[in-house]
Formats: sequence, structure tokens, C-alpha cells
Amino acid sequence: MDEPRKYGRGVFLVTVAGGLSSLAWGKAAWSKVSGIVSPIAGAIAPILPTQGWRIYTVSDHMPTFDPATWRLAVGGLVEKPVSLSYAQVRALPRAEQVTTFHCVTGWTVTNVHWAGVRLKDVFDLVKPLPQAGGLQFVSAEDPYVDYLTMQQSVLPEVMLAYEMDGKPLPQEHGAPMRLIIPEMYGYKNVKWLAGINLVQQPADGYWEQLGYDRDAWVGRSNGYSS
Amino acid sequence: MSARLVRRFTRAERLLHWVNALGFFLLLGSGLILYLPSLSVLVQRRPLIKDIHFWGGIGWMTSLVLVIALTDPRGFLRTFREVDGFDADDLRWLRGRRPAPQGRFNAGQKVNTALTGAFIVLFFASGMILWLGERDTRFRFASTVVLHDGLMFAALALLVGHLYLALIHPATRHALRGMTLGTVREDWASTHHAKWKPQ
Repeated sequence: MDEPRKYGRGVFLVTVAGGLSSLAWGKAAWSKVSGIVSPIAGAIAPILPTQGWRIYTVSDHMPTFDPATWRLAVGGLVEKPVSLSYAQVRALPRAEQVTTFHCVTGWTVTNVHWAGVRLKDVFDLVKPLPQAGGLQFVSAEDPYVDYLTMQQSVLPEVMLAYEMDGKPLPQEHGAPMRLIIPEMYGYKNVKWLAGINLVQQPADGYWEQLGYDRDAWVGRSNGYSS
Repeated sequence: MSARLVRRFTRAERLLHWVNALGFFLLLGSGLILYLPSLSVLVQRRPLIKDIHFWGGIGWMTSLVLVIALTDPRGFLRTFREVDGFDADDLRWLRGRRPAPQGRFNAGQKVNTALTGAFIVLFFASGMILWLGERDTRFRFASTVVLHDGLMFAALALLVGHLYLALIHPATRHALRGMTLGTVREDWASTHHAKWKPQ
């Protein structure tokens, strides 16, 4: 070869083109690859730094949990408002489920084992008034709130979770209790629950006020269609 | 008698390298705090770290462009032609065949430069798409985060190799002097970069 070949720009352009085109195929390809390597991934999962999770917060500091002082206030359009201690919440009927957690930014964590309380058991305590059409979930991470309709709140896998993968909910996942609604993206799954208010109708939560969909169905909201 | 030194990298080239390194480490550090749950808990202050990561990325790109445009654009064009061109010896070098006399940049350094340039473009593009996607559903793609994270792992692998060769490997670590002080020993240059004719 007499003249040098211009391979440098070739490497650059192929890498850029491959990277940009991966916006169309990256997640599907990763799902297949991670499926193939799952036996290895399973073996090293306990030492992996993220195990697939990322921790999103909107304020400077994550709320801390003190079992002696924490209360879950449930009020609004109910017959009997209550303020439950951690022990009282733990004494409610326990439910368990293994579900997938989807974040609207594109990452997913499969097979998460949750334990907690179904909302219908909380409703049995407070007795919602007929005009209650929605629930406001208030996070201790001010100013984070979000809403569900009454119908959404009693979907089979909706839960107030206090355990994750066999352990008390860690601080970064919303200790001591978070909302879980696997059918919707993570921003509806309010962490660090401090209160639930029954309201006439749902309103826009924290991210919805910034343009995200109020009904955050996985795969069919927020610009996604599966 | 001390060995004769020859100039390998200009002041502008070294400035570009270190501005790139500084920007990369700032973004790697802030990115890992956003990415790793254990660091997120330790550091907290996510809104601040997010701002540092975002504006650090803008600053990184801007400063790279400014260094090229305001210091020695003609010199960088010559450097670009050097790393762009692969001759028969470069291809032999990449196949592990020796002897394969190399110019001022060996073939591995040329590939590393091309990949690093591509990664910078892709980091910036995917970062901007993530930022825009938080504000507008038209920019929301399920694979953006896969690309941004995958780039981080690929860039980290390149960086580990780069640091090993620059700091540890006995035959190559002398090259670090070229990127800090600008000069290298002439005998080292003639061994590792036999086709390079220092000016």
C-alpha cells in the first residue's frame, strides 16, 4: 500500500453510526444479551454495583426513617382518618408479589420481590366516602406527590411495600414504605410515603407538572407504544 | 551524559489532552454518583450532581472546541491527518506482526483516538437526548440510557488500558513525559516510533 488509507475516520464514523442507530435497537439487543448471559449475571448479581437500579430523587437529601416517630396519615374524603405507626402498618394483612419495575427513562429491573399492604385493607380502616375519586400519595421528600384513581389503586398488584427482596425497604428505595404499581412507570411509585389523602379527582403529580403523563402505563404512555 | 530529547506533542495538543481528561473525570465522577445506588446514598444532593453532570458535559464539549479553534487549528488538522492515515505497517502492527515501524502515533493510538472522538460525540448526543427526553416525549427513547451507560463501560475499558500503558507498562510509560512536558528521549522514540522524524 503506497498511500495511507483513511481508516481513522472510518473507525470514528462507524462507531458514531453504530452508537446512534442503537437508539433504535439497543434495549432489545441488551435484553437478548442479558438473557443469554443470565446464568453468569445471576451468579455475580449480588456483587454488581447497581443490580439494575438507579436512585432518582428530587430534593437534596433522602428522608430518614425513625420507627419510633414515623406515621402514615390517611385522611381526606374518609369516614375515619387514621395515623398509623410503623408497627400498626406491619400488623395489617401482609401481601407479597414478584413484579417487574420499569423506569420511564428506559431501565427495567425484573423479578423484584415486594411485601406490604394492599390498599383495600387500608380502605377497610378508613372507609372512603362515596365522593372519593382518587388518592393523593404524599412523599416525605417534599414536594413529591402523585395520584391514582380509586380504580387504579385496587389493581391486583398495587401495594404499599415495606419489604424489598426479603429485607426492610432500604432508604434509597423509599424506607419505610413506598407505593408499588407495576403497571405504571416508576415515577408513580411514590417513595418515602408519609400520607395518603383521598380526594375527589386525581391531579397532576410532581413529574406530571413537568410534562409526564398522569396515567403512566408501561409501554403505552409518555411517548412509548409497545 | 543525558539522553537527547525530542518534542513529541505541542503545547496545544497537550492542552487538548488534559482538558479532555479533566472533563472526562468530572463527568465520570458525577455520573457514577448518579448511577450507583451506594454513591447516591453517600453523596445525596442529586439535583446539584445532575447540574454538575449536565453543565460539565456542555463545558467539556465547548472547551474542546475552543482549544482546537483558538490555539493551533492548522496543527490539529495535521494531527488529524496523522491519526487518520493507516499504512501497511500500521495494519501489520494491529495484527501483532513485527517488525512494524510506527510513526509519531502507533496504530493502537490511532484507533484509541478515533474511538475516543466517537465516544465524546456519542456521550454528548445521548446525554442531550436524555436531558431533552426529560422535557419532551419526542426525545424519549428506551435505548438512550442503554447507549449512555454502555459508552461509560466502553470508555472505562479504554481508559484502563490507556492508564496501564501510560503509567505502568515499562516499555511505554515513558510516553507520559511526552504528554506532560512535551518531550521524549530520542532513543525511546527511535525504538517505538521508528518512522517518526522529529522536527
